[in-house]
Amino acid sequence: MQMPATQPSSEIAYNGHMKILVMEDDREAADYLQKAFTEAGHTAHVAGDGETGFALADAGDYDVMVIDRMMPRRDGLSVIVALRSRGNTTPVLILSALGEVDDRVTGLRAGGDDYLTKPYAFSELLARVEVLNRRASAKEAETVYRVGDLELDRLSHSVRRAAREITLQPREFRLLEYLMRHAGQVVTRTMLLENVWDYHFDPQTNVIDVHVSRLRGKIEKGFDKPILHTIRGAGYMLKGG
Amino acid sequence: MALSVPAIMRTTAARLSALYLLLFALCAVLLVLYMTSLSARMLTGQTQETINDEVLGLARAYQRGGLPVLVRVVEARSRQPGANLYLIADANGQILTGNVQSLEPGVLDNEGWTTSPFSYQRFGEGELDRLRNLPADKGTAQSDQSETQAQGEKGHNAIALVLRLPNQMIMLVGRDLGEPERFRAVIRRSLMLALGMMGLGGLLIWFFVGRAALKRIDSVSEASRRIMGGDLSGRLPVTGAGDEFDRLSENLNAMLARIATLNEGLKQVSDNIAHDLKTPLTRLRNRAEATLSGKQKTSDYRQALEGTITESDQLIKTFNAILMISRLEAGYSSEHTNRVDLAAAVRDVVELYEPVAEEAGVSLDAEVNGAFVVNGNRELIGQALSNIVDNAIKYSTDSTSKPAVRVAIERTRGEIRLSVMDNGQGIPDDADRARATERFVRLEKSRSQPGSGLGLSLAKAVMTFHYGRLDLLPGNPGLSVVMSFPAREDH
Repeated sequence: MQMPATQPSSEIAYNGHMKILVMEDDREAADYLQKAFTEAGHTAHVAGDGETGFALADAGDYDVMVIDRMMPRRDGLSVIVALRSRGNTTPVLILSALGEVDDRVTGLRAGGDDYLTKPYAFSELLARVEVLNRRASAKEAETVYRVGDLELDRLSHSVRRAAREITLQPREFRLLEYLMRHAGQVVTRTMLLENVWDYHFDPQTNVIDVHVSRLRGKIEKGFDKPILHTIRGAGYMLKGG
Repeated sequence: MALSVPAIMRTTAARLSALYLLLFALCAVLLVLYMTSLSARMLTGQTQETINDEVLGLARAYQRGGLPVLVRVVEARSRQPGANLYLIADANGQILTGNVQSLEPGVLDNEGWTTSPFSYQRFGEGELDRLRNLPADKGTAQSDQSETQAQGEKGHNAIALVLRLPNQMIMLVGRDLGEPERFRAVIRRSLMLALGMMGLGGLLIWFFVGRAALKRIDSVSEASRRIMGGDLSGRLPVTGAGDEFDRLSENLNAMLARIATLNEGLKQVSDNIAHDLKTPLTRLRNRAEATLSGKQKTSDYRQALEGTITESDQLIKTFNAILMISRLEAGYSSEHTNRVDLAAAVRDVVELYEPVAEEAGVSLDAEVNGAFVVNGNRELIGQALSNIVDNAIKYSTDSTSKPAVRVAIERTRGEIRLSVMDNGQGIPDDADRARATERFVRLEKSRSQPGSGLGLSLAKAVMTFHYGRLDLLPGNPGLSVVMSFPAREDH
């Protein structure tokens, strides 16, 4: 039996086990998510409605929550607002069929940390959940990122690999900065477009790939080891060693 | 056209007429009542004065010769034509002399002015009236008493001063009220006539004004029924009078035109959606079916499934674009419009596409100096601009010289024009160029290129959302796509 292409294959080393709470009223979608998260090496609990979800979230200690916006008994946004008002800071990814700019802003204002429009690829969801994982988000405060022999200084805006200076354009620097902050994690093309360019639409041509391959040329050319990996069907990952 | 009264009553004109009629009638009645009572009081006052004079004269006669002289004077005066009423009765009210044959009972009981007009009958009058009224009465058996009262009520009303003489006899001096009563009757008649004419006038106004209004409204209702019946090309009648009915019809017609346009658009979109979603769906289904039938290697299944996912993703993209265009065109209002610098938007998009252009061997340049601020949504503008730039890069590759795409911004009167110019083959045909922004239109030449045919439509919808325009102009060579934004007031 082959695994569907959207599921992570063994070549992707997802780091760290996460405890995930999924609030999704569609039984089949919820089961699929639970199975897929489990296969990715995480533990997932499922709540079929807002009230149950709120009770579980309030009681349990989760690393990330995936919350469907439209649920019976209590909608996703009001669950998030209620949790936040009780001091719960667990990162939340909102799943929604509503994908307009305004809907996204409303979701993030309610206390969500990321917003994904249905239908989505599981690889996209998994990559975003990994990035949201609160145990992995301590890098925000560091001023120097190091991955293998690659070093990025956020204050002096300089990049070195094996003590050799690499000159980057401002946008390339931000691209690398984002990749290094999430080193060892899969970063999708839409995540890059959102976080590096601040755009939330799908460009007709895959412009991101060209940007990444250009960056790859600068940080890999002349060095014997690849450091920026393409993850098939998902995105990219910066990984040293 | 036959009009039933209730139908007329249901018109506003009729209701207003009725209301006015009622108010005018009320005023007229009050006025007439006031005037009658005023003139009656004046006449009564005159009558009383006359009676007082009379009584003074009689008092002098009584002083001169006592009762016999008084009786003589009374009798003499009674016989004069048009005489006042005179009566002398004993203490029990038994009439002794005078020209009054009978009186309403109780008139003589109280001394002083009678409080209200009373009825009476003169001597000899009863027989005369009975003779006069005989044909009308046709032998109705009535007692003398009731006859008398009927006569009295008919016109012989009077007011009188009742006096008690020193020997306890009663004297009455009165005056017939025939004259004021006639006056009152005239006024009453004229009032009835006035009211009748008012009523008639009101009815006529009701009929003509109400009917005219009803006719107009009926023709409008008739036209609306036809339109509701499915004839969306139908319009309400406009008479050209320029009145409120015409204005109403004109506005309703404008609304109908708008509805027809939207309806047409909706129909076209649903046709296009049906076509452009059904085709890939069919492909998807066929591929799955083909993979299931026959013996396949594991890698074939994998390949088929991957193809399925790619195809679904494309479908989702198309679907999202359609939804977005519909929402933008339906007047989707966003609270997230604010100051957007078009120069920054151009720099961002050019920077985003620069590597792609370079890979395709196209030079991509932006000529933007300074800031061009508009009211808008950065995300939408970015998406529209990237679609246009994406197209320009694709279509400049068939250029005869070195492919180049140039983005420029200029400020003209009241507008900020953002142009994306390529030097490819362009779209030489004017009609094709006009059609290029329609949904799902993929001109013959572009069918070989990947894309959904929604890129320019989306850009156009974004421009509509920003109260601007999207124009496709012939370049020299190539195509120039111009996004025109209304300039901000404060610039």
